[in-house]
Amino acid sequence: MNIGIHEFLATSALLFTFGFVGVLVRRNVLVVYMCLELMLNAVTLALVGFSRFNGTMDGNVFVFFIITVAAAEVAVGLAIVVELFRRRGTVMLPALNHLKH
Amino acid sequence: MVDVLFYIFAIVTLGSAACVVLTRNAVNAAMALIVSLVGVASLFVLLSAYFLAVVQVLVYAGAVVVLFLFVIMLLDEGEKRRVSPGSLTTAASLVAFVLLLVGVVSIVISEDLVVAGVAEKRTLATTAPVGDVPNQYGYHLFTSYMLPFQVAGFLLLVAMIGVILISKRYRNASGSREGV
Repeated sequence: MNIGIHEFLATSALLFTFGFVGVLVRRNVLVVYMCLELMLNAVTLALVGFSRFNGTMDGNVFVFFIITVAAAEVAVGLAIVVELFRRRGTVMLPALNHLKH
Repeated sequence: MVDVLFYIFAIVTLGSAACVVLTRNAVNAAMALIVSLVGVASLFVLLSAYFLAVVQVLVYAGAVVVLFLFVIMLLDEGEKRRVSPGSLTTAASLVAFVLLLVGVVSIVISEDLVVAGVAEKRTLATTAPVGDVPNQYGYHLFTSYMLPFQVAGFLLLVAMIGVILISKRYRNASGSREGV
């Protein structure tokens, strides 16, 4: 029973960096969205850990709001992706460079 | 026992998160994302936030990933166009990965995290569970977090209307199908 806040925060930090590098490396908009979800989950894990080891409920309640905002964000984001696919015919990021020209 | 469970769940979560980043197919990435989200939910259980674990599985693994899978299947761009990132992008991402990892982990393992005045390290065994019964969430949501709670509800309404407006196809006067 030696698991403390450091272990949970290290797990959270690793999860966040995986999501971060996924956002940078991947070229599919949908997978980029999934990596954003990974980063949000890392933050929720850190908040629940802080809440447990600090003895207060605030972090747990924040996680509620994060889950709410994440659900709304995914709904709007996927609607935008579908509309993008209707107009451009692709969801690959290198093909979506119309603002450059 | 709890230590072993923690390491198992952490390895499962991080391994499937790495699968999300590394796998080629978007459907495989979504499946690995489910495993990662359930792993985070099991870490919530270890932290005795049982209600949040249930919400995590229901909302993320139940709704969000299913939405992702719907859109992946709808767009159907799996195998035919495969775009790999340039070597410069990969190198820059790896450098950013290492920098972020070193920075965050050095903060995490520093001694500054130890709360002043608390002599011993707080572990799962020495701290009381917080948020293990759902009525604490209801109490806080309806007292100190009343305004954010209502703003979150309004945000859900705005998101719903926004999704309908974005995904609806309008017909203009000449009858041709045209997005607005």
